[in-house]
Amino acid sequence: MISRPTHPPVPHAGTELYDASRDEAVAEAPVVDTSPVRLNALQRLVQRFSVLGLLGLLIVLFWLLVAFVGPLVAPYKGGALTSTEIFGRYSAAYPLGTDYLGRDMLSRILYGARYTVGLALAAAMLASTIGTFFGLLAAVSGRWVDEVLSRLFDALISIPSKVLALVVIAAFGSSIPMLTTVAALAYIPGAFRISRSLALNLMGLEYVQVARARGEGLLYIARVEVLPNMIHPMLADFGLRFVFIVLLLSGLSFLGLGVQPPNADWGSLVRENIGGLSEGAPAVLMPAVAIATLTIGMNLLIDNLRRRSRSHGDA
Amino acid sequence: MKAHAQRLIAARLGLALLTLLLVSAIVFGVTGLLPGDAAQQALGQAATPEAVAALRHQFGLDQPALQRYGEWLFHIVTGNFGTSMSNNLPVSELIATRLPNSLVLAGLTAVVSVPIALLIGITSAMFRGSLLDRVLNVLTLSTVAVPEFLVATIAVLIFAVKLRWLPALSYLSEVNSFGALLRIYAMPVMTLCCVIVAQMARMTRAAVLDQLNSSYVEMAILKGASPVRVVLRHVLPNTVGPIANAVALSLSYLFGGVVIVESIFNYPGLASLMVDAVTNRDMPLVQGCVMVFCAAYLALVLIADLCQIVSNPRLRR
Repeated sequence: MISRPTHPPVPHAGTELYDASRDEAVAEAPVVDTSPVRLNALQRLVQRFSVLGLLGLLIVLFWLLVAFVGPLVAPYKGGALTSTEIFGRYSAAYPLGTDYLGRDMLSRILYGARYTVGLALAAAMLASTIGTFFGLLAAVSGRWVDEVLSRLFDALISIPSKVLALVVIAAFGSSIPMLTTVAALAYIPGAFRISRSLALNLMGLEYVQVARARGEGLLYIARVEVLPNMIHPMLADFGLRFVFIVLLLSGLSFLGLGVQPPNADWGSLVRENIGGLSEGAPAVLMPAVAIATLTIGMNLLIDNLRRRSRSHGDA
Repeated sequence: MKAHAQRLIAARLGLALLTLLLVSAIVFGVTGLLPGDAAQQALGQAATPEAVAALRHQFGLDQPALQRYGEWLFHIVTGNFGTSMSNNLPVSELIATRLPNSLVLAGLTAVVSVPIALLIGITSAMFRGSLLDRVLNVLTLSTVAVPEFLVATIAVLIFAVKLRWLPALSYLSEVNSFGALLRIYAMPVMTLCCVIVAQMARMTRAAVLDQLNSSYVEMAILKGASPVRVVLRHVLPNTVGPIANAVALSLSYLFGGVVIVESIFNYPGLASLMVDAVTNRDMPLVQGCVMVFCAAYLALVLIADLCQIVSNPRLRR
């Protein structure tokens, strides 16, 4: 039989926040493809997304693109001192103003995208992969492996992510690999928990029971029967991890404990230019706006994906 | 049945303590064991081996790891967190002076945010699918995704810089009247509320909707009860448990939020103490702060759990 957990896991605001809304399928008319006319790819894409979802997708794609080509299209080199005016306003030469040393803010943000988006992407991938692996392991192998893993990850989730990050940085200092590790570490438990519960549900389904009765090994069941059916929800979860990690890392950088100078992610850009706040300088507002658009865009995208996949399942 | 509920509560309590023990092992492992030789670091590369050995003995670093962990744990349980490395004051004293400030901040945030969040959550659940619900959904979804420092920066820009209503930094020593108290706490509390309200409202909405989908609600609607009556009379009493759970869980988010907010407003709380400790690499202080944070977090989660159990009439009888 499938072993059920004896204790409910320690609840956690971060993971429960988005599992919450189970109602939309009822509230919204399900998307059923009634028209027999073949739609072209663009129309199908538009049909799958609501306006807000599409907006989210575009924003996320935009920032991903910027992370890859940003430094190539930046008007000035990253650290170049180009203007004598500090905390300059919006102008033709410096579209987003200049920072506390007179550097072009647009270029700083374009260069910073690599850190903010890139680091978060790497950390979220690590967290999701490792979390899924252990979640699957716990669900498939049952009893005491499950129990030990669950206890361990529950302990890890009981350290608030920012606090955990602070502890690790206090012990090991702040470097790019360390930041990636700590961000991943903070969000592995969430990914573990979701993948474990998904896998446990799948383990109870008939076709898995059939595979067991056929005498298939656990590895085969995990790889062929369970994992492919977890991919879709885990991808949505990956988006969430990404948002949380962006917030965590930029928060750390804002405290001066994240990406260290001369490199700068968007959080450090806000910190560097906080002196310009009293003048309302774009240098302090723009990087913050960049972070907010990235995370809000991702959230809108995920929200859209969740609703559509849910109503699709019901239809 | 009452015995059953008590057993359940005892089990949760035991589980929380076990988790706290594991947390302490993780914290000690990360801060005490992994970083390597504290004595060597303290003395630098040029130190003689004898000096390093002497300091190692003084720090107790020549003991086996498990024994060091045991001693450390014993000290913490008895309230002795060691001495801060940067100013030689006892860590417990430092924490004791800062903790009340943080609790006041958290308490005020809770008092402000809970009613607003419940109002938003219940309203959007009552009118689900409506324009209002959708607008609130997008609003809360966006607020959750906005970093605290953006909210704080914008608040400072508007209220301290442009309007000059509020001070940009929190100096608690200047509190001498209720008005001054309000002025100082307004912005930190507002910032914390922003993020927490969104989270709490979403969870509340989900809890209410969960009940709205059940068959007794359908029955009430078929009977001809008005939507408001269905929600207030039939649904709300049944959602007290889940909502209390949601509130406690969202409040646990405060522990992350205060780290940023206290630093921005220079608020003399526990979180800013910890950030300073991390910057100075003051390990005993870091360990002490983390353990207090985690214990408080677990206590809140435990309360959330207990709310769920106590409010369930099937377990109460």
